[in-house]
Amino acid sequence: MDLLGLKTFRHGVHPPEAKDDTRALPIRQFPFAPLLVVPLLQHIGAPALPLVHDGQEVMRGASIARPDGRLSVAMHAPASGVVRRVALAPSISGRMVPAVYLEPFPGSTQEVAEGAPCPLDAAPAVILAAIQAAGIVGLGGAGFPTHVKLTVPPEKAVDALIVNGVECEPYLTTDHRVMLEQRDDVFTGLRYLLAVSGARRAVIAVEANKPDAAAHLRAGLPADLAATVAVELLQVKYPQGAEKMLVTALLDREVPSGGLPLDVGALCINVATTAEIGRLLPHGRGIVERVVTVGGPAVQRPGNYRVPIGTPLRFLLDTVGLSGDVNRVFLGGPMMGQAAPSLDIAVTKGVSGVIAFTDHEAARATRREYPCIRCGYCLDACPIFLDPAALHALARNEAYPRMAAEEHLLDCFECGACAFVCPAHLPLVQQFRVAKAALRKAAPAAMAS
Amino acid sequence: MTGRASTLEIRTAPHVLSGYGVDAIMFNVVVALLPTTAFGIYVFGLPAALTIGVALAACLLTEHAVCRVAGRPSTLGDWSAAITGLLYGLTLPPGLPLWMTALGGVVCIGLGKALFGGLGRNPFNPALVGRAVLQAAFPVAMTSWLPALAPDRFAALPPSTLTLPFTTPLYDVVTGATPLAQWKFGQVLTDSGALAMGMVSGSSGETSAVLILAGGAWLVARNMMSWRIPLAVLGSVALGAALLHQLDPAHYAPASFHLFSGGLMLGAVFMATDMVASPMTALGAWLYGALIGVLTLVIRTWGGMPEGVMYAILLANAVSPLIDRVIRPRRYGSRGAPA
Repeated sequence: MDLLGLKTFRHGVHPPEAKDDTRALPIRQFPFAPLLVVPLLQHIGAPALPLVHDGQEVMRGASIARPDGRLSVAMHAPASGVVRRVALAPSISGRMVPAVYLEPFPGSTQEVAEGAPCPLDAAPAVILAAIQAAGIVGLGGAGFPTHVKLTVPPEKAVDALIVNGVECEPYLTTDHRVMLEQRDDVFTGLRYLLAVSGARRAVIAVEANKPDAAAHLRAGLPADLAATVAVELLQVKYPQGAEKMLVTALLDREVPSGGLPLDVGALCINVATTAEIGRLLPHGRGIVERVVTVGGPAVQRPGNYRVPIGTPLRFLLDTVGLSGDVNRVFLGGPMMGQAAPSLDIAVTKGVSGVIAFTDHEAARATRREYPCIRCGYCLDACPIFLDPAALHALARNEAYPRMAAEEHLLDCFECGACAFVCPAHLPLVQQFRVAKAALRKAAPAAMAS
Repeated sequence: MTGRASTLEIRTAPHVLSGYGVDAIMFNVVVALLPTTAFGIYVFGLPAALTIGVALAACLLTEHAVCRVAGRPSTLGDWSAAITGLLYGLTLPPGLPLWMTALGGVVCIGLGKALFGGLGRNPFNPALVGRAVLQAAFPVAMTSWLPALAPDRFAALPPSTLTLPFTTPLYDVVTGATPLAQWKFGQVLTDSGALAMGMVSGSSGETSAVLILAGGAWLVARNMMSWRIPLAVLGSVALGAALLHQLDPAHYAPASFHLFSGGLMLGAVFMATDMVASPMTALGAWLYGALIGVLTLVIRTWGGMPEGVMYAILLANAVSPLIDRVIRPRRYGSRGAPA
């Protein structure tokens, strides 16, 4: 509790928000790249199966790949154009994934193919199928198929639905703009979510640095939602947007180690995902674009853009202007965003931001390492109360199994708070990732459980 | 296309850091110590300036030499050796033979720090390791004190200061006794006001409680020092002393006397808070601080020596790893749901 009585979680850090460049900029439609690369694996699970062949002409919004099993979603053509080939393409993970290379027609318009609308009073299974067919995955960055997340096992019940509009990562302002500009989509999406989850109430969580968004949502709350939906301002603190931190802040419950919010009756859905459900389902459409904050000091015209899925980073950054001393580009925010190994990677559904740093910012984040001085800052930062210093000491000795068994490495969700505050500038998150990878390699079955 | 895009740097998040490093923390501790140092020199004059200067130089030179011998780049830039040197100098009686001062400085860094693996590995506060060795080796010299505010303190050096190495220093009648010794051996109680201001005999840094507290407060405000440890040390001493004084005022000095006399203030604020040698959890810090306070009071009250802060901190340093092993942060999600 702070002076304003706003809720939050314990620990965490306060990185500079860096949102001033783009928070006031309305969402603008981004042009089509000459060649769009639509990866068929933009989510956690199995790649979608292509429905198109080389040379085939498709309309924007038409389905170009179908889900391969339950843990998979459909893909849609982001532009009207010609399929040039179905081949492998680079992804942020460094792996090659199957992709559809689509060349938009010259003068391709924003007109989009529509399908059968999904009525609000449809059976939950029908709504879930529609969400899967619309290709919806978590737009906050996790990329987990939304229909799977929304499937509540019969032995569990959702008591509170949490719509996550926290956006605690620095630089990112997409959720902020979506809440301001797509209020009705958010509410429509929320109706679908309430219907499928069976939740009796919902909370739209907004960090206190977006009071305009919270006020806008409150002012427009429709009569049918007024009794069940609350808009709650949360303290500005990173990682407030992490699911566990949200559940703790709003409901004062702790998600059990290794468990999901569902285990304590909560279900968290990103606000952009919610808006996308509300925007697409009433028209039977699929995801063809998403709102991306393109920013950072190396970007000359930062902004919030509605970017077609499959837009290569190179085209994206060339269009907004990239300064010559660009040093690194990462997808998402600076606390958790993955650095892009090349600009041939395409914008996918989980990309909330494309942030480019110059040599200057990169140098500030690449400091000389010192030995751990046991200052304990990391213990005070870790939102899940681990001991990053102890994990570091074990990692130095490559004692990976002990990291998991004694220091609960697998609870770490790599928010980066410890590495952010570490005055010794130790690459803590990197060490933890290496350790997790080694453990996965050693015992794949144990990690999966 | 911009030319540089072919050389993108790939690093693991986070891509931003909080902005200050180990060197900044250490430098700020040095800065926080400067008022205390300046006041010590003002009160004890030239002997204090020489003692602190030689202590600092010995520590810095040893740190540098150790790095050279080990074939590593010099670690003087992390400022930790400067803190050790300054703190060590501040704990010494001004006018201590300079060769002893230098020897102790080598011990601080060599034995107290480098032998254990350098910064971050020292189990004990290095400054106190050096001082403890001197205390054991030269008990007389280490308990011979100059009077505060002597009129000729900036003009003359006591003959002991420049004693040749391995000869016995001579002390003359101007030697003063510390308030703690006066109490222990003569039941003479010094006024707490004079103690707090620091106008009494003692080590250079045992003088002004006000300046030490101000330096500590500045560091705490910058989140560069644990506030729990000094509070626990001072609180436990005050509580224990008050209790004893209540039982028998003739035998036990009042809390205010204990708080402001000797090395307690400097120890509680600047020595006990050595990050490397103190526990990392909040509860651990409270326990560790209270242990120091209790040990200090026990040594002062029933021990053979008038002052016990140094040994109290060293003993608590030894216990610190155990505290960190026993007191673990309560992991999120291990409690389950109350609902």
